[in-house]
Amino acid sequence: MADSIISARAIWKSFGELSVLKGIDLEVAEKELVFVIGPSGSGKSTLLRCLNRLEEPDSGSIRMDGTEILEKKVDINAVRRRIGMVFQSFNLYPHMSALGNVTLALRHVLGLPRDAAEARALAALERVGLADRVSHMPGQLSGGQQQRVAIARAIAMEPRVVLFDEPTSALDPELVGSVLQVMRDLRESGMTMVVVSHEMAFARAAADRVVFMADGEKLEEGPPASIFGNPRHERTQAFIRQIERH
Amino acid sequence: MEDFVDAFFNLDIIRRASPILWSGLLQTLLLAVTVVPVGAVGGVLLGLLTSSPNKTVRRSFALWTDFFRGVPPLVLLVFIYAGLPFAGLDTGAWGAVVIGFLLNTSAYYGEILRAGIESVPRGQVEAARSTGLTATKTMGLVVLPQAVRNVLPDLVSNTLEVVKLTSIASVVAMPELLFQARQAQNATYNASPIVAAAIAYFIMLWPVVRLISRLENKVLVARR
Amino acid sequence: MDGLDGFIFSFFNLRVMVEYLPDIAAGFLLTVVLAVLVVISGLAAGLSLAVLRSFGVRPLNWLIIFTVDLFRALPSLVIIMLLFFGLPTAGISMSGFTATWLSLTLVLMSFSEEIFWAGITAVQKGQWEAARSTGLGYLGTLRLVVLPQAIRMTIPPLTNRAISITKGTALGSVVGVSEILGSAQSAMAFSSNPSPLTLGAIAYLILFVPMIGLGRWIEARFAWRR
Repeated sequence: MADSIISARAIWKSFGELSVLKGIDLEVAEKELVFVIGPSGSGKSTLLRCLNRLEEPDSGSIRMDGTEILEKKVDINAVRRRIGMVFQSFNLYPHMSALGNVTLALRHVLGLPRDAAEARALAALERVGLADRVSHMPGQLSGGQQQRVAIARAIAMEPRVVLFDEPTSALDPELVGSVLQVMRDLRESGMTMVVVSHEMAFARAAADRVVFMADGEKLEEGPPASIFGNPRHERTQAFIRQIERH
Repeated sequence: MEDFVDAFFNLDIIRRASPILWSGLLQTLLLAVTVVPVGAVGGVLLGLLTSSPNKTVRRSFALWTDFFRGVPPLVLLVFIYAGLPFAGLDTGAWGAVVIGFLLNTSAYYGEILRAGIESVPRGQVEAARSTGLTATKTMGLVVLPQAVRNVLPDLVSNTLEVVKLTSIASVVAMPELLFQARQAQNATYNASPIVAAAIAYFIMLWPVVRLISRLENKVLVARR
Repeated sequence: MDGLDGFIFSFFNLRVMVEYLPDIAAGFLLTVVLAVLVVISGLAAGLSLAVLRSFGVRPLNWLIIFTVDLFRALPSLVIIMLLFFGLPTAGISMSGFTATWLSLTLVLMSFSEEIFWAGITAVQKGQWEAARSTGLGYLGTLRLVVLPQAIRMTIPPLTNRAISITKGTALGSVVGVSEILGSAQSAMAFSSNPSPLTLGAIAYLILFVPMIGLGRWIEARFAWRR
C-alpha cells in the first residue's frame, strides 16, 4: 500500500514464557480509523504499545512513512513525536495544569517558545471542548475531562497518527460520550487513528476497518459491516455474540 | 597504598587493641539494651499523654515533647553531666546518660506514637467501646496495636538512631566502643582502632538499615 | 545560699549570661551557617545519587547502595572522629568545622538519597510512558515529569530528617568547633558557672523549636498524598 503510514510485519513479542504476539501484521493507511477488538489477553494493547516501542518487539518490522523504526540506531524520540498516544488511565501529569500538560512536550520536545506553545495548546484544548478548563489541575477535572486533556496533549504535537489504548475503559458510563464525541470529531478532521477499545457501537459507526485479535494472532479484518454483520471466523462469531448479549 | 593500609587497617594494632575494643563493644550493647527500653516506655507514656482527650494535659506534654526534641541530645547530656553538679546534683556518667537518653529518646518515640494513635480511625474506638470495652482496654487492645503497626518503620528507624546515639556517651568518658577506640588511637598514634570500631558499628547495624529500607519502601508504595 | 538561690546563681546567673552572650551569639551564627551548608550540600548530593541510581547501571548501583547504607549505619560522631583524628595519620588534615560539615553532609546525603529514590520509584509507570510517548527523552522525563512529583512526595520525610541531622552540629564541639555548645562549654570553663550552658540550650530551642513546628506543618500540609 503506497499510502500506508504504519506498516507492521510479523511482530512477535513474549513476556517470559508467555507469547503475547505471534507474528502479527498491521497496516494503517492515511486518514484511516482502524479498530482493534478481541477478548482480554488477546494482545491488542501490547500490539499498540509496540507501534511506538513502549514495548520492544522481539522480532518483526515496523515501518512508519517508509522508515524502519525497530532499528537500534533510530532516534525513537523523533519517531514518537509523530505518534500520539492516549492511555486507559489518562496518565496526566498531576503537578501541572491542563495547559501545562499540553505545552510540556511542545516546549521541550518541539522546542517551541512559550507563547507559540501556549497558543497551540489552547487551540488543542479548544478542539476537545475544554477551553474553559485550561488552568485546572488534573485532580480538579472529571475522568472524561482528564481524558480529553490527554487527547489534546497528543494532538497538539500534530502527529501523523494517534494510538488510543482503551481510552474509555476507566470512565464512568455517563462520561464516555464526551470522549467518544471528541474522537468522532478527530475522525471527521481526517486524523489517522488506531483504537483498541470495547466500544462496539462506536466501532460500527466510525471505523474504516476492524481487526479481530485472539491469543496473539489476527484472525480476521475487514469493514465493520462485514466483521459485525457477517463474521467468518468461529472465534469472531463467539466474541460478537457475547458482546451483543450485553 | 601500604601507608594507607598501615594507617587505617593495621592488623597488628587492631589485635593489640582488641581487648579494650571488645570491652567497649560490650559496654555499647549494655547501653543500648538499657536506653532503648527506658526511652520506649517513656515514649509510650508521652504518646498517651499527648493523645489525651484533656486539652491541658495534651498541650503541656506536646510542649514538653517539642522542648526535648529541640535540644540536641549532646547538649542535654553535657548539661546533666557537667552542669547539674554545680547545683550539687552529681549523677555520674551512667546517671547522666540514662537521664539524658530518657528525656531525649522518649520525646521522639512519644511523637511517633502520637502520630500513630492519630492515624487510627475514630470508628475503631467507637466500635470497641460499643462492645463494652473500657477506655483503657480500648487503648491497649485496639488502638495501640494498630498505631504501632502503622508507624513501625518510624519506630525501627528511631531505634537505630538511639543505638547510634549511644556513641555520644564517649563525650562523658563512658568507656563504650567509640571512647575505647579513641583511647587506643591516642595510645598508638594510629587510626586503625577507630576504623575497627566503625566496622563493628556497621556489622551490628547494617541489617537494621536494610530492614528499614524495605519497611519504608512499602509505606511509600502504599501511599501513592 | 539556700536551694533556690543556689539554683538561680548556678543556672540563671544574669551577670555571667550577659558577659558571655556575645560568645554564644557568635556560636549561634556558626551553628546556623554549618546547618545551612549541611542541608544544601547533603540534599544536593543525595538527589544526585538518586538520579545516578535511576540509570540502572548495576555495579554503580551496588556502590551507591553500599555507600548510602554505610553512612546510615555509622553514628555521626564516629564519622567525625574518623575524619578529624583518623585522616591526619594519612597526611590529610581538616579543621573541626570541615570534618563536622563533611560528616553530616555524608549522613544527610545517604538518608536523603534513600528518600529521593523511594519517591522516584513511587511515581507511576504511566507517567514515564505518557512523557516518553510524546517524544520526551529519559532525562527530560526525569527532570520535568518524575522528579517534581517525587520531590513533592518526599518533602515531609526530608524536612524531618534534615532537621534531626542538623541537630548533629552540636557534635562539632567535640572537635573544637565553637558552635553553640562549644562556645557554651568554654564559657562555662572560664566562668566556673553553668549559666552559659543554659543560654546555649535556649539558643538551640530558639533555633529548633520553630523548625519542628515547620516540620509538623509541612507534614499536615502534604497529608493529602496519603
